[in-house]
Amino acid sequence: MVELKPGARFQSTVCSTEVIVVKGAGEVDLTCGGAPMVASGSAEISGSPSDDAAGGTQLGKRYGNADETIELLATKAGDGSLAADGGALEIAQAKTLPASD
Amino acid sequence: MNLMMLLEMAAEGLGDRVAVGSLDDGLTYRQLYDRAHGAANRYRAAGVESAVVCDESSPALPIALFGSAWAGIPYVPLNYRLPADDLLALAERAGSAVAIADESNLERLGGLPGVSCVSAEAFSADPAAGTDGHASPGDWNMDPDDLAVLLFTSGTTGSPKSAVLRHKHLVSYILGSVEFMGAGEDEATLVSVPPYHIAGVASMLSSVYAGRRIVQLPRFDPDVWIDTAEREGVTHAMVVPTMLTRIVDALDARGGAPMLGIRALSYGGGKMPRPVIERALDLFPITNFVNAYGLTETSSTISLLGPDDHRVAQYSDDPIEQQRLASVGRPLPGVEVQVRDDDGTVLGPGEVGEIFVRGEQVAGEYREKGSLLDADGWFPTRDGGFVDDDGYLFIQGRNDDVIIRGGENMSPGEIEDVAISHPGVRDAAAIGVPCREWGEKVVLLIVADGDAPGPDELDDLIRERLRSSRVPSHVEVVDELPYNETGKLLRRVLREQFAHLGDDPTD
Repeated sequence: MVELKPGARFQSTVCSTEVIVVKGAGEVDLTCGGAPMVASGSAEISGSPSDDAAGGTQLGKRYGNADETIELLATKAGDGSLAADGGALEIAQAKTLPASD
Repeated sequence: MNLMMLLEMAAEGLGDRVAVGSLDDGLTYRQLYDRAHGAANRYRAAGVESAVVCDESSPALPIALFGSAWAGIPYVPLNYRLPADDLLALAERAGSAVAIADESNLERLGGLPGVSCVSAEAFSADPAAGTDGHASPGDWNMDPDDLAVLLFTSGTTGSPKSAVLRHKHLVSYILGSVEFMGAGEDEATLVSVPPYHIAGVASMLSSVYAGRRIVQLPRFDPDVWIDTAEREGVTHAMVVPTMLTRIVDALDARGGAPMLGIRALSYGGGKMPRPVIERALDLFPITNFVNAYGLTETSSTISLLGPDDHRVAQYSDDPIEQQRLASVGRPLPGVEVQVRDDDGTVLGPGEVGEIFVRGEQVAGEYREKGSLLDADGWFPTRDGGFVDDDGYLFIQGRNDDVIIRGGENMSPGEIEDVAISHPGVRDAAAIGVPCREWGEKVVLLIVADGDAPGPDELDDLIRERLRSSRVPSHVEVVDELPYNETGKLLRRVLREQFAHLGDDPTD
């Protein structure tokens, strides 16, 4: 379990994926590649993603859960895919704000 | 959070794309990352408090911005147009510093104790210059509360204050408003706003994160702007109102041929004269226009009027839709807006008061005064205005500019909007001039568009649309109105210039 709050950063322990929390609060079972994620910089990467969680995570994409209480931004890409409390996190719709500066 | 996270992602995802400069010899994202690394080495080796820049516009700016974030010291851009004494006074407030300056400013900043000056050219070519080894890949601090940027506000109402922007404010702004790699490979943005203005800082951050090439225009000139846009394949640009006025005039002087290469043009920083935006919509017939409203203290844009609203207003017969051209649109996702009266009561749609904003990008903090956020995180903008029934925000000028005539508060903006709606008025400014009878009386300065309206025409129009107390005591025709370089009307200059009318016994 990790504590989600905006700005918190987590890394995968089985691939190069790293994320920053855009939206989310409280304790969540956050996994990447089937293994629990940990605070960025706190662990070495070893092993590899499990077969059912190896869809990959793309750089710069936002990942969210179905009820939109969690949103993560991938700051480093990797081979594992993200899940929270057992539910897969999917790529969220891109924002369509026009450029303003 | 750290601004370097944005550049690291761009260097990872778009390493070989050109970040700054021309397609044939510009810096790629990977090269910009490497130079920021070099700059961080230099800043850490020098052990200074601030990364000062005093440079018109060159690749040294983004290198210093990201390098300072990496080194963990604030980026402090100074206004190179200031007289020497004022410039030195600001530089002293930055403490010990490495100052990156162009040739003319190297000399001016030279003698300051604790400040080591480096030419922008030498810095861009080799930011580290023999100081390697102080910064390692990824070793920037991720504390979201670290200082990222110090900006001296323009001081239209007094001596400059230094606005504090922390990494969390700027990163929240970018993550909340820009899609990573959202720009196509052929996109380029022309940056002509001053680097010491929040829009100049924000343009570097949002362009890097979107993957949109930055083309810098050091000194604004409308013809150079047009020619550069065409030569460099520019697709995006941000301008302040005075720039758009001059671009429109220059295009008309060239025969009024439309500019078709600009896909998106955003403007902000001051009030846009209605005839200028209407003409611009014709001269940029397929361009997406964006009116952005933001403040230094809010990490740039907090509200914007989008492309569709502009075109609807252009072609609509509905007065409400036409009127939207005068609005700054709706708040960004993640930004809340409230309008409050003098007692702090939150007002409903259509009611005029002071605009308050809240959100993760809202800093609202000064070095001199600390945080101005209230207990619930709301920041008083000092701008007056209202929100209409559909959530569109209208700005009616600074609260400091409110005219108080006979105890009645009136916004200069509402009088100006009516005056500018007259076809013979190109631009207008309403000011309060102290007088014995009313405390203040309304003086209206207009710039004529062709033949100026007759003496009673504006009075009648204002009486009809507003009320008789808004009718100016004096209407003066002037050649032009004084604006600062970011398009803010300098009302205090006008108040001084026309103070003598307060004692005029004819009314």
